[in-house]
Amino acid sequence: MSATEHGHDDHGHHHKETFVTKYIFSQDHKMIAKQYLITGVLIMGFIGIAMSLLFRMQLAWPGESFSVFEAFLGKWAPDGVMDADIYLGLVTMHGTIMVFFVLTAGLSGTFSNLLIPLQIGARDMASGFLNMLSFWMFFLSAVIMVISLFVEAGPAAAGWTIYPPLSALPMAQPGSGAGMTLWLVSMAIFIASSLLGSLNYIVTVLNLRTKGMSMTRLPLTIWAFFVTAVIGVISFPVLLSAALLLIMDRSFGTSFFLSDIFIQGEVLHYQGGSPVLFEHLFWFLGHPEVYIVILPAMGIVSEVMAVNARKPIFGYRAMIASILAIAFLSTIVWGHHMFISGMNPFLGSVFTFTTLLIAIPSAVKAFNWITTLWKGNLQLNPGMLFSIGMVSTFITGGLTGIILGDSTLDINVHDTYFVVAHFHLVMGISALYGLFAGVYHWFPKMFQGRMMNKNLGYVHFWITAIGSYGIFFPMHFVGMAGVPRRYYENTAFPIFDELTNVQVLMTVFAIITAGAQLIFAFNFIRSIFYGKKGPLNPWKATTLEWTAPQEHIHGNWPGAIPHVHRWAYDYSKTYENGEYILPGQDFVPQTVPLQDNEEELNH
Amino acid sequence: MTALLTLTVLVLVAIAIWQMTKIFELSQLKSENTGIATDKDNKYNGYLLYAFLIFIYGITIFSFAKYSKFLLPEASSAHGGEYDQLMWVSFAIIFFVQFITQALLHYFGYKYRGEEGKKALFFADNDRLEFIWTIIPVIVLAGLILWGLYTWTNIMDINEDDDPLIVELYAQQFNWSARYGGDDNVLGDASVRLIDIDRANVLGLDESDPNGADDVIVKELHLPVGRKVNFMMRSQDVLHSAYMPHFRAQMNCVPGMITQFSFTPTVTTADMRLNPDVVDKVKRTNAIRAKRAAEGKPNSEPWEFDYILLCNKICGKSHYNMQMKIIVETEEEYNKWIAEQATFKETIALAE
Repeated sequence: MSATEHGHDDHGHHHKETFVTKYIFSQDHKMIAKQYLITGVLIMGFIGIAMSLLFRMQLAWPGESFSVFEAFLGKWAPDGVMDADIYLGLVTMHGTIMVFFVLTAGLSGTFSNLLIPLQIGARDMASGFLNMLSFWMFFLSAVIMVISLFVEAGPAAAGWTIYPPLSALPMAQPGSGAGMTLWLVSMAIFIASSLLGSLNYIVTVLNLRTKGMSMTRLPLTIWAFFVTAVIGVISFPVLLSAALLLIMDRSFGTSFFLSDIFIQGEVLHYQGGSPVLFEHLFWFLGHPEVYIVILPAMGIVSEVMAVNARKPIFGYRAMIASILAIAFLSTIVWGHHMFISGMNPFLGSVFTFTTLLIAIPSAVKAFNWITTLWKGNLQLNPGMLFSIGMVSTFITGGLTGIILGDSTLDINVHDTYFVVAHFHLVMGISALYGLFAGVYHWFPKMFQGRMMNKNLGYVHFWITAIGSYGIFFPMHFVGMAGVPRRYYENTAFPIFDELTNVQVLMTVFAIITAGAQLIFAFNFIRSIFYGKKGPLNPWKATTLEWTAPQEHIHGNWPGAIPHVHRWAYDYSKTYENGEYILPGQDFVPQTVPLQDNEEELNH
Repeated sequence: MTALLTLTVLVLVAIAIWQMTKIFELSQLKSENTGIATDKDNKYNGYLLYAFLIFIYGITIFSFAKYSKFLLPEASSAHGGEYDQLMWVSFAIIFFVQFITQALLHYFGYKYRGEEGKKALFFADNDRLEFIWTIIPVIVLAGLILWGLYTWTNIMDINEDDDPLIVELYAQQFNWSARYGGDDNVLGDASVRLIDIDRANVLGLDESDPNGADDVIVKELHLPVGRKVNFMMRSQDVLHSAYMPHFRAQMNCVPGMITQFSFTPTVTTADMRLNPDVVDKVKRTNAIRAKRAAEGKPNSEPWEFDYILLCNKICGKSHYNMQMKIIVETEEEYNKWIAEQATFKETIALAE
């Protein structure tokens, strides 16, 4: 509260800022957003994607020797041939890093921090200190996770879902030793960081909105970040409890998740626990987690799409309602990951019902986005292209959810590549597209008005768009052919022989697509230093962040905080005679009061 | 295939080069690159969106043409027919929706590409439209849910009607065992705490339970065609999943509990080997294997179709090779086979 409540309305005077307080232990939300972006997305994203290339190569050319394997994996790739244990380690760490570090912390952390204060008209987050703490705990957890890659027995390798007993018993798998301990420690810190961040977002949105900014005038980005934070607060603590119980099973001999185990010639003492309990706890977070990943992307896409279509988002209220519906339903569908886990089949029926219900608000969102494009004046900036791409992959990936959410159909595609294809399209690629849309769109806001190069942005988008479908569309067929995921190689089964060609195709696309991300990284880093300065409001947007000066100042606006008089989507609004509300300008910023004879529509 | 790959790569590279030259061109020219889309950008990217729509349809058609033959052959279990039917209906709906929504999305992107001075339509709400596209998914999904739940309840209703064969599937890192109830078709009690490797009691059977004496433990699963099989699944160490894709059957094996699944195999292995799809598949696969043999590579012996049981839950280093052969045969063949197998009592006696 301190920074905002001290009433720094006169921002003429300067705080003494040293390098450390400005760039490292900063409490300023804009700096923290950039810190999240660089640590979460650029660094962790690079590691996560690089890992995927390694195991994709192994899948396409099983058992072949590659010097990159030898270079990166060392003793785990004797003579350049990847070891089966490290394959599982790579798969596990790829999942963990991408889901938690890149798409949860990187996406939410960056844009919630950047946009919440700027779009609601606040000087900063409710608590700058907690915000800083949240980032540094995230940083610490990222460091620990990366360190775990270097422990002698290898990193955690039980899959990103770390189901016990595999994750609990070092005898079952070397990665379940020190690597798994570090994984759990890292995640515990990560959860604390996420909770601090989320509570801060919630309080800020509820309490620090500027005058006139009612909840129904908030841009959809803020709605999405707000609801995401709420789901995070509800579900992350459950993962913490699961992790704590697992730590106890591992280290203190309790039997929460373990029972009747005979391994390496001896019976262990565990009695009465159930791995199914862990699955329930894990997915109680795990499923909302995928919405924690995708909701911010949806919010960003809604905003970027409306701005660039020069049209209001279609069905603003329906969009909010669907965000709320998705959020609510997301907490009661976790069992669809467990249809064949041995849980009672009747529970399976209930979860099928709730899961398929979630398709309804998702469909509404997709239709609303498409209608937003209809009769627009589409400014096809890179951010806009990524938004359109996001809707495309969200539909393609989401539709196969109808199959996986149906307990009957899940039986035969469960844990096959069909699932991998589904969730990569619907939450991986879609969320990344949302992230890219956000970066291209708000880059000028992050870096003092500098713009990213649009042509490099176009190249980045088109290669990524083609490559993503190239990787994941054929993958559905591999899954429908019955190939299980997390197989080090498929050569042990002659029935999968003829699918190797498909694996090669997917890997080639993966390498090309990953290469295209380097264009983005180059563009991003270059633009920080050499990007051309654009106008104050380059995309001609109505929202408040574009009224703040390009130079970052502590408190965001010099002088008073602007007041808000209308919703965020008055694009191309006209009087009855067809004239724009503001002459010669197709948008009305939120700060402009209602004009005479202008009708405020009841949105 | 390789040619196709090369072609794809070439096309992608070409696009990249074309775009790169455009950058170069634009950076040289008078029009300053502001980072904001111009009418020209809108035009090119609008066209590209249209082309991308064709690409999506193209990759769909390509995948179907090239890959649909890789899909599993028709189901070999009684419930599998209904499973496949529900799957295809779901797919029909999915492709219908996919076809339309992608077309609208990308076509709008192309059609309404921005131009200086063009006026967008202020269109913020329409209750009727929103009602329509809420209610249509509701109805379609309600149908799918009801059908799915009906099928699910049937599949998961595991009972003792129709004299099912009782088989235990026993999972451990990294292999499978099967245990038959023997003459009495009743499995003897077992617990991992009773495992005694020295006495060849590897599944932990209770030697004092008379039901267990005639149990038969094998490493190859034989099933008589047309008879319902109730599987009782156990695991001794970590989670495994018994996945029998040709029978549309899967259930996790969980240490500490017994999970169940039930199905009736309907096609014998011998008949399945005559299924035209399977014949083609074997031919294609053996061509690949022959090529490998010619190159002197391992794992290249000719292959004959067999049903398989795979582990489909990550279970450790050799997860990728945890399998068991399934043989579906006639009642007589099955009876003959099972009579040849040693019972638990005999194995134990042998060990002593």
